[in-house]
Amino acid sequence: MFVAATGIAAVWLRNLLASAMVLGIYSLLMASLWVVLDAVDVAFTEAAVGAGITTVLMLLAIALTGRHEKRRRARPWLPLATSLGTAGLLIYATLGMPAFGDANAPAQLHVAPYYLAHGQAETGVPNVVTAVLAAYRGFDTLGEVTVIFTAGIGVLVLLGGAKRRQRKETEPAAGDSA
Amino acid sequence: MSDFLVLRVIAKLLIPFILLFGFYVQMHGDYGPGGGFQAGVIVAAAFVLYAIVFDVKTARRVAPMAALVSLACLGVLLYAGVGVANLIYGGRFLEYGALAHDPAHGNHIGILIIEIGVGIAVAAVMMIIFFSFARRR
Repeated sequence: MFVAATGIAAVWLRNLLASAMVLGIYSLLMASLWVVLDAVDVAFTEAAVGAGITTVLMLLAIALTGRHEKRRRARPWLPLATSLGTAGLLIYATLGMPAFGDANAPAQLHVAPYYLAHGQAETGVPNVVTAVLAAYRGFDTLGEVTVIFTAGIGVLVLLGGAKRRQRKETEPAAGDSA
Repeated sequence: MSDFLVLRVIAKLLIPFILLFGFYVQMHGDYGPGGGFQAGVIVAAAFVLYAIVFDVKTARRVAPMAALVSLACLGVLLYAGVGVANLIYGGRFLEYGALAHDPAHGNHIGILIIEIGVGIAVAAVMMIIFFSFARRR
């Protein structure tokens, strides 16, 4: 309930600074929801990345651009219809999912019992989440790290040194407006 | 932001503990919740807090961009390097059993090293992104 309310508020607010704050609260609420669902590792990540670093980065981006959203005249009926339709389809799809905590759900029957039964003996790591992420799904995690690395390099190329120096030489007064 | 005395004192008190907690999460990831991703973000958060409360220039002198870029590369290479080391020791890529005499022990060592790689890479990249944004102001 609170999660939905903060989500709507984040879209509704015209002040982007307030929007970023509300998104931080949204992440924190999601983190507590993960704790309630016993997904402590996910909660940890959500709290650290979603509520912490992402909010700071958004605030920095707002400081660079401007804190008020532009008012648009056009009525966005087509995007509204598309998103409502997609949301309806997704909610309809959740009706086909097994009940929460169902012991016969595919997620409980496929590889999860194997990880739980053999994970500690095979990897020597008591935390099964770490064992799955680092050992059984090692390729995926390597991919994730590479994605993060690529993101950092991308930001560096877009915002990094060469452009800044060029700007300084060509328009020395540009610093005032920024 | 340098005039807020309470903020400065509290931040100064907090930063060592944030760093310590980051390392705890890093090394304790195989026993409790946590791991490289979370630890990297927490360590980066300590630097970000310092840069926001005190000033960006000093933080950048502690963590210069060139060092951050090489650390990010080092983290990814450490991860991939463990995989290649397995190949050399006669195992399969990223199957850590070959790292020690006992497969379970080898797995544990492998997981520990790749988590350290993940932590280094994530912390460095988060700081790269933060500093490249902060530098534009």
